[in-house]
Amino acid sequence: MQRHEGKSFEVKAEQISKRYFRKTGAANCFFAVKPLSLTLEPGTVTVLCGRSGSGKTTLLHILAGLLRPTEGKVRLGETDIYSLPDKELSALRSRSVGIVPQSRSVLDILTVSENILLPQTLYKTKADRQSAEQWMDTLNILHLRDVRAGELSGGEVRRTAIARTLSMNPPIILADEPTGDLDDENTELVFRCFRQAAETHAAVLIVSHEADALKFADRAFRMDGGVMTELT
Amino acid sequence: MSMRQLPVQNLLRRPGRTMALAALTALLAFSVFGGSIVVMSLRQGLNSLESRLGADIIVVPSSAQSKVSFQNMLLQGTTGAFYMDADNLTRVREVEGVEIAAPQVFLASLKADCCSVKIQVIGFDPETDFFVRPWIGQSYSQELGKLDVVTGCKVEANVGENIRIYDERCKVVGKPAPTGTGLDTAVYCGMDTMKILLKAAETKGVSHKVTSDPDDDVISAIYVKVKDGYDISEVNSKIQGHTRKCSAVRTKSMLTDVSDSLAGISKTVTVLIAAIWALALVILLIAFAMIAGERKREFAVLRLLGSSRAMLIGLVLKESALCSLAGGVLGVLLASLIVFPFTTLIETKLGLPYLRPEISSVTLLGLTSLAATVMIGAAASAWTSFRLSRVDPGTVLREGN
Ligand SMILES: Nc1ncnc2c1ncn2[C@@H]1O[C@H](COP(=O)(O)OP(=O)(O)OP(=O)(O)O)[C@@H](O)[C@H]1O
Ligand SMILES: [Mg+2]
Repeated sequence: MQRHEGKSFEVKAEQISKRYFRKTGAANCFFAVKPLSLTLEPGTVTVLCGRSGSGKTTLLHILAGLLRPTEGKVRLGETDIYSLPDKELSALRSRSVGIVPQSRSVLDILTVSENILLPQTLYKTKADRQSAEQWMDTLNILHLRDVRAGELSGGEVRRTAIARTLSMNPPIILADEPTGDLDDENTELVFRCFRQAAETHAAVLIVSHEADALKFADRAFRMDGGVMTELT
Repeated sequence: MSMRQLPVQNLLRRPGRTMALAALTALLAFSVFGGSIVVMSLRQGLNSLESRLGADIIVVPSSAQSKVSFQNMLLQGTTGAFYMDADNLTRVREVEGVEIAAPQVFLASLKADCCSVKIQVIGFDPETDFFVRPWIGQSYSQELGKLDVVTGCKVEANVGENIRIYDERCKVVGKPAPTGTGLDTAVYCGMDTMKILLKAAETKGVSHKVTSDPDDDVISAIYVKVKDGYDISEVNSKIQGHTRKCSAVRTKSMLTDVSDSLAGISKTVTVLIAAIWALALVILLIAFAMIAGERKREFAVLRLLGSSRAMLIGLVLKESALCSLAGGVLGVLLASLIVFPFTTLIETKLGLPYLRPEISSVTLLGLTSLAATVMIGAAASAWTSFRLSRVDPGTVLREGN
C-alpha cells in the first residue's frame, strides 16, 4: 500500500509550553507542559507515557493544532500552524493530521462507515471506500459498518475512531490512549496497525500506558509534571 | 452521504428533536399566515363594500330603525323589509345638490312552501340605478326581463334554473362575483318584477302597504349621489327636512362602524401574533440553547476532523433553516385548511364583510410568512451556532465519555 503520494511531513515543536489558570486552589497558575522541543519524524512511531495529569493530552492537542501553546511554535513541514487563520488550519488538519482523541469521538447518529468516511464528507473529497473497508476489516468492525455508532460498545467506538484516522491516510497520526478500552488481543492489533502506518511514511505519536507499546516504538518519552524526558 | 446531506441526516435521524422544533416554527407560520389572511379578508370586504355602495347618502324609512337593520342587511344578509311612500323619491330629487336618486324596494321571501329559499329580494330601477347594475352587469349585461332575477353568489340556484318566490317562478339569469357582504345572499330584480312579487306576497298575507290606498307605490331605500361641489352633510340635512318619515344616513358614517370594528380586530390579531411570536421565539432560543449543550461533543468531533468554524456555523444555520422551512410549510398548510374551509363561519362570527383576497396575494402572503419563519428559525439558532463553532475540542475530547 503506497501512502501519502510522496507527502510526508515532520512535526516540529519548538520550545512549546502551556500555562493554565485554575479557578480554585492555592497555585492557581501552573504549567501543564513546561518548555520542550520534540520532532516526530515520518516513518517512525513515538510513544509517550506518564502518570495521569502529567500533561500528555495537553502536548498532543498542541501538536494537533487544537490548542494554542502559551509559548513556542509548532511546524508542520515548513508551516507554522498557529500562524494560520482558522479556515486554513482546519483544512490543514483535515488533510494532514489524523487524531484519535482520548474520549469518545464518534457521531452517534451516523453509522460506523459514515463515521469513518466523515472526514472526506466534510471536505467533499472523494471517499476512499476501499481503504475504509480494509481498515474496518483489519480492526474487526466490518460487520458493524451499518450500525449506528450510538449502539456500539466502548471498544467498538474506539476502533471506529482508529479506523477513521487510518482511512484518512494522513501523514501525521496522533493517538491519545487508543487502547484504553481494548482487550490485549485488540491492543496488540491496534499497535500493529499504527506500526504499519509508520512503515508507509506516517509520523506517529501514541500516548499509552501499555508496556506493550514500547515494543512497537522507535522512540519513547515519559512525561512527568509537564517535563518530558526520553527513555532509552 | 455528502456534506450537503449532513444537515438533512442530522434532522432525519433525530426525529423527536426535529419534530419539536418544526412544531414550534409551524406555530409561527400558522399564526402569522392565518391571522393575516383573516385581517386581509376583512379589509377586502370593507373595500368591496365601499366601492359597492357608491352612494353618498342612503334614505330609509325611519321605521327601519334606520342604520341598524339596514346595516345588518348589507353586511350580514339578514332579511328585512321596510317601506316608505314612493313620493319621497320625488322629494329627494327636488333637493338641491342631488345628482342621482335611485330607489330600491326590498322584499323578504318566506321559509314556506311558496318560496324555495328565505331570502332578501331587492328590486331596483334600471333607469337610475348606479348601485346594483355596475356589479351584476359583469354577469348579465342585457336588460332584466319580466320575472328575471340575478342572484348573489351565495344563493343556491344556478343560472338557468328557476326559483319560487311567493309562488312566482323567477328565472335566474345571472350570478355576479362575490362581494363578501350581505349583497351576496340577496336576489335582484327590476321594478316590474318587484311589483308582481309584492302583489303575490300580498295574496299570501305579507303586507307592505304604508297607506290604505291600494294603488300607492312604495319604496324601501333611496341611494343618493351628491353633485360635485356640494357639501354632503348639508345635502343630507336638507333631504332629512324635505322628506317625511324618513331618515337620511351618510354612508360614510355607516362604514365607520365597520371600519372601527375592523381596526379593532386587526389590532387584536396583530397583538396576538406578536405575543405568539415572542413566546415561540423565547422557547426556540431556550430549545436551541439546550441543544447546544447536548451537541457539544458532536461539534468538537467535527472540529477535530477539520471543520472550520464557518462550516460549523453553516451546518447549524442550514439545519435550523431546513427545519423551520418544514415547520413553516406545515403551519401555512394548516392555517389554509382552517381559514379557507371555514370562511362562512368566521364571517358570521365576526359579523363583518369578509372577502378572500386574490389568490396571488394569498400566495405572496404564504411565501412571506414562510420566509419570515425560516429567518426567525435561523436567527434563533444564530447564537447557538456561534457558541457551537467556538467549542474547544481540546477540552471536550479530554473529558471522559
Ligand atoms: N483547560 C484547563 N484548565 C486548567 N487546567 C487544565 C486544563 N486542561 C488540563 N488541565 C490540567 O493540566 C494537567 C495536564 O492535563 P492532561 O490532560 O494533559 O493530562 P494527561 O497526562 O493527559 O492525563 P491523563 O493520563 O489522565 O489523560 C492536569 O493537571 C489538568 O488538570
Ligand atoms: Mg490524557
